[in-house]
Amino acid sequence: MADDKHCGGASEEQHSCSKHNEARRDFLKHSSLLTALALTPSAAVKAAENSWDEKLAEKFEQVRVTLNINGEKNKLSIEPRVTLLDLLREQLNLTGTKKGCDYGQCGACTVHVDGERINSCLTFAVMLEGKKITTIEGLADGTDLHPMQAAFIKHDGFQCGYCTPGQIMSAVACIREGHANSEEEVREYMSGNICRCGAYPNIVNAILEVKNGGQKV
Amino acid sequence: MNQFQYARPSKQKTAIEAIAKDPNAQFIAGGTNLIDLMKRGVMAPEKLIDINRLPLRKIEKENNGVRIGALALNSVVAEDKLILERHPLLAQALKSGASAQLRNMATVGGNMMQRTRCPYFYDTAMPCNKREPGTGCGAMEGFNRMHAIFGFSDKCIAVNPSDMNVALVALDASVLVAGPKGERRIPFIEFHRLPGDNPEVHTNLQKGELILSVDIPDGPYTKHVHYLKVRERASFAFALVSVAAALDIDGSTIKSARLAMGGVAHKPWRLTEAEKTLVGKPVSEASFQQAAEVAMRGAKAFEHNAFKLILGPNSIVQALKTAAGIA
Ligand SMILES: Cc1cc2nc3c(=O)[nH]c(=O)nc-3n(C[C@H](O)[C@H](O)[C@H](O)COP(=O)(O)OP(=O)(O)OC[C@H]3O[C@@H](n4cnc5c(N)ncnc54)[C@H](O)[C@@H]3O)c2cc1C
Ligand code: FES
Ligand code: FES
Repeated sequence: MADDKHCGGASEEQHSCSKHNEARRDFLKHSSLLTALALTPSAAVKAAENSWDEKLAEKFEQVRVTLNINGEKNKLSIEPRVTLLDLLREQLNLTGTKKGCDYGQCGACTVHVDGERINSCLTFAVMLEGKKITTIEGLADGTDLHPMQAAFIKHDGFQCGYCTPGQIMSAVACIREGHANSEEEVREYMSGNICRCGAYPNIVNAILEVKNGGQKV
Repeated sequence: MNQFQYARPSKQKTAIEAIAKDPNAQFIAGGTNLIDLMKRGVMAPEKLIDINRLPLRKIEKENNGVRIGALALNSVVAEDKLILERHPLLAQALKSGASAQLRNMATVGGNMMQRTRCPYFYDTAMPCNKREPGTGCGAMEGFNRMHAIFGFSDKCIAVNPSDMNVALVALDASVLVAGPKGERRIPFIEFHRLPGDNPEVHTNLQKGELILSVDIPDGPYTKHVHYLKVRERASFAFALVSVAAALDIDGSTIKSARLAMGGVAHKPWRLTEAEKTLVGKPVSEASFQQAAEVAMRGAKAFEHNAFKLILGPNSIVQALKTAAGIA
């Protein structure tokens, strides 16, 4: 599995298969060595392979990270500028997490990192080494829907469905945080998730039902 | 987005050295402001020094005050017991900012350093002296609804967008920073600056200096406080105008007051003169009206933000009334 997902690359011209990557990395090592010699102290040149934590990874270098995504360990080589959102969607085929605005304004990209909700569009994946990431794909228990997923269906908590994965991830966190004690509180603490279809009343009902039902979320 | 070099040192010294030497290097904490600006091409640092491994997350008691580590998350500070008990005004301000997700990422240091939301600063096709000195200020005669009414210059009329900063300036906080030459303390009120002739300089933090903590002295402002934020929708929007109000009340007399405004200047705007007029006055709408009048002296509006000349004083009165419990 680790091998399958040993993919990399962010920029348009790259594709994420590992062989291709190895070749590319060799090439990059070469070329970055040249720039590095010209521009940076020799310490930075060595840094690229293993100890880039403390030293600077080269500009074109793909750095190695291990991310735990939905319970699976993924060993990846990625460029530092790849956001968690782009990594999930473009390299790992986890397209449940949506890109609405890409600027932190809509919440469509909401995922959990170590159990807390964040916007994956404003996070560089490389910064999450060692963290546990949960996406909408990791919420259900096998084929059993998560109670929040079931409640969204029951209450018609969506129309087009584009904002829904983000809404559901955010809603689960909202209850876990203890911020779902009233309609007013739910509306305030769900304000980071925009729904262009305006399904808000149904979303609020779904959340309140799960909260009041006392199920574990 | 531009490519950059990346490191995440575990030593403060390494982090500072990496920035101090390099004009194109920047710290990154939560990333919520920096990554946004990098995606839009407003910023293009060549090196990012990830400071998240530095031990700067604690919120703790400190002789006669509370120390908040620069990496403490906005969401954590807003719900911290010590903060709720001693500085509820700060908790209110933080909760009013951004969204639950963003507050889970945003750090106290990053929040202090966040850049203006002026649309001309954000749009690289537009003139902006702050982004590109010498290109002019697009907002001056342009779309200036969000802009300053105090302390602006003929070079820049942008405002500081942070809610947290407004509470911190009211609470007499100070900032502990470390640079290549050691540590120093900056009073919060001097941390941010007015635009003057060089609006590209955004704070008084020097190159290579790392924010370690924000320290707030204990005070009497634990009960009668209110952070009022007026914005274009009920939640998740930047302030048009905001007011941090704190009162120390003895019976029905005001012993002392703290007052600051957001969304009106290039820095969080402390209203010291208005505070003075409140001392010894009865808790009443009339006292608050008078303070608001003093607070607004010298305000000047542009084409699209004249409403702030009315919204400003109204918000001050409303915030003080709510703080005093007579709203
Ligand atoms: C959609 C949206 C809505 C928002 N709404 C609001 C709002 O209503 N109210 C509000 O107040 N804010 C709002 N924000 C802004 C948000 O609060 C800031 O983006 C956040 O606080 C920045 O913190 P950060 O840790 O993510 O900073 P980063 O993006 O990591 O860093 C920002 C800057 O601070 C510098 N920096 C960070 N830490 C340190 C340090 N310790 N020492 C020295 N320099 C440092 C970095 O070099 C960088 O230049 C909003 C943001 C978004 C995207
Ligand atoms: S895509 Fe991340 S908040 Fe919109
Ligand atoms: S269901 Fe369409 S955006 Fe929310």
